[in-house]
Amino acid sequence: MDRAWIPEGVQRCSAGAFYSWMALWLFVLGAAVTTALLILWKGLNQTNMNDYFGFGAWITADLGVIALGAGAFFSGFLTYVLRVKELKALINFAVIIGFICYSSALLILTLDIGQPLRGWFGYWFPNIHSMLTEVIFCITLYFTVLTIEYVPLILENRKIYANPVAHTLSHNFHEAMAIFAAIGTFLSFFHQGSLGGMYGVLYARPFAFREGFFVWPWTFFLFIFSAISTGPTFTVLVTMILQKVTKKRLVPRESLSVLAKIAGWLLCGYVIVKIADTYYWATHILPARGLTLAEQYHGYQYGLWLLFAEIGLCGIVPALILITRRLRENDKWLVLACALASFGVVLNRFIFTVQTLAMPVYPFDKWYIYFPSWQEWVTSMAVIAYGAVIISLSYRYLPVFPYERDLNPPAR
Amino acid sequence: MSEHHEVASKEKYGMVIDLDKCTGCGACTVACLSENNHYVREDESDKLRSVAWMKVYKVTNGEPFPNTKVAFIPRPCMHCDHHTPCVSVCPVMATDYNPLTGIVSQIYTRCIGCRYCVGACPYHARYFNWWDPVWPEGMHKLLNPDMSPRMRGVVEKCSFCNHRLQKAKDKAYVEGRRDLRDGEYVTACAEDCPTKAITFGNMKDPESAVAKLIKSPGAFRLLEKLGTQPKVYYLSNESWIRALGDNALGRKRTARPA
Repeated sequence: MDRAWIPEGVQRCSAGAFYSWMALWLFVLGAAVTTALLILWKGLNQTNMNDYFGFGAWITADLGVIALGAGAFFSGFLTYVLRVKELKALINFAVIIGFICYSSALLILTLDIGQPLRGWFGYWFPNIHSMLTEVIFCITLYFTVLTIEYVPLILENRKIYANPVAHTLSHNFHEAMAIFAAIGTFLSFFHQGSLGGMYGVLYARPFAFREGFFVWPWTFFLFIFSAISTGPTFTVLVTMILQKVTKKRLVPRESLSVLAKIAGWLLCGYVIVKIADTYYWATHILPARGLTLAEQYHGYQYGLWLLFAEIGLCGIVPALILITRRLRENDKWLVLACALASFGVVLNRFIFTVQTLAMPVYPFDKWYIYFPSWQEWVTSMAVIAYGAVIISLSYRYLPVFPYERDLNPPAR
Repeated sequence: MSEHHEVASKEKYGMVIDLDKCTGCGACTVACLSENNHYVREDESDKLRSVAWMKVYKVTNGEPFPNTKVAFIPRPCMHCDHHTPCVSVCPVMATDYNPLTGIVSQIYTRCIGCRYCVGACPYHARYFNWWDPVWPEGMHKLLNPDMSPRMRGVVEKCSFCNHRLQKAKDKAYVEGRRDLRDGEYVTACAEDCPTKAITFGNMKDPESAVAKLIKSPGAFRLLEKLGTQPKVYYLSNESWIRALGDNALGRKRTARPA
């Protein structure tokens, strides 16, 4: 039925199977949109946030997907600027993942502000001292860059490409892609950093506050480092999942290994500086405020296990797996390492977002527990459904993987 | 960020709360609610969503009966004087530090409700409007015309009854004066406190009651180690109460909200 829209020389499932698959995800997405409308109508009282937890699941999801989406800009940087040729096989897919992550972050942010209709105030009345202003501008600009990177891929759809205007446009976009990759790298470095800076500058919140360099707290650099080391692992992870679902090899194994190896070494570096940062925080920053490391953790939900899980289980373990050739070449170990690293960065963003607010600063105050409402869960989880829809459509109708035909020759 | 806005001004308003006089009656909270046109929902049991610009914390010395001691700590906005945490983070400049008065105020029609300021404030002095404001039938007539009500989805906080400052200045202007007399501009909470535990005034006026009280030996501020330089001071002769004002290494967090 839609055969003419499918790229030449590749095998795709039947239209019926595809539409059934899409119907499932669209149903989930529909539920999320309905929930979002409920929130917009009734207000943020539909969440479990309160005046102690001004930030919650949505900001965690935002920061998480933005960090995971860093695979797009960093792969672009490696491919177009550093000319790592192996990554050409998955750069298109990395861009799509980045596009999904950033667009969903913007959508969630729209829900998260109390006055969505005033969202444009961020551009109109910018406070140049606020890290959030930097975030607003950089995310918007980088999302524009991602869109520019995604559009030529859409234009390469078999039917659209037949149009001479689309053909020319796509060609010209490709010519300029190195420039966009460089711009994207610059913007993305800054806003990943700004997101970290948002917490590090909170000098009256001992859990988050960090000293730093010039106007940037150390969290600025830690967030960049963690994003560029875990974003690529997420790209590898999603590629592996897609290969499993489609039962095809879509990119050469070497491409995944190269990206995983780079991510592994970066993760090693990140873990070292994270440990150094934690040590300085525990021995200098906290004592200066009359606090100890033990007082920053509490009970089960906010226990010290979070620190070990974040740095050890989701940092050191995947880093060691990824830098060990024998383990990296094994699909199961690779998936495990990428899943741990990806989860780790989301955990890190959760800790900075929620634990910062949960830790009682007054000596006479107590810890409070935050657990998201079902509305927050549904809208946050919708990112998965949204991603599945975009990836499914892109995979079916666009030439996402340039080596797919070579890797899957037609059966005789 | 006050250090960037230091200007020659004869005014810097502050508050002193004598905790040894405070009985925890809550009159300050009620006066504030009334003065500033707060609405009250039918169910206010969720205290983490209940707006109270002047919140009264009940604390104990952590000792078991019969050695238990109780005190009350009324907490308005601290109007931090150094690098005001909420002012610097607001992405849309909806939070303002007035260098002429030292008052930190909120522009409700500018606020986008991102709640970054709520996260930045260690004193929990900022409140988000989780619901549309609704008053019982006929109560609109009792609202204070000098104070704008706030809409759903914006953050609000204690303004040191800034509108009263405007009124006092108007009155002084009509009387041909440029400066206010001590006690001419006071907040609703200070005015209504039955034990006169709250004193409000110009800290730069050496003759004001506030300026004298903040030099008392028992004066302290909350969370001073953070370096926010609050303009709200507390007085107490009880060492255990003064100790609760800030975190200290080697001291167990035994005191807790009662």
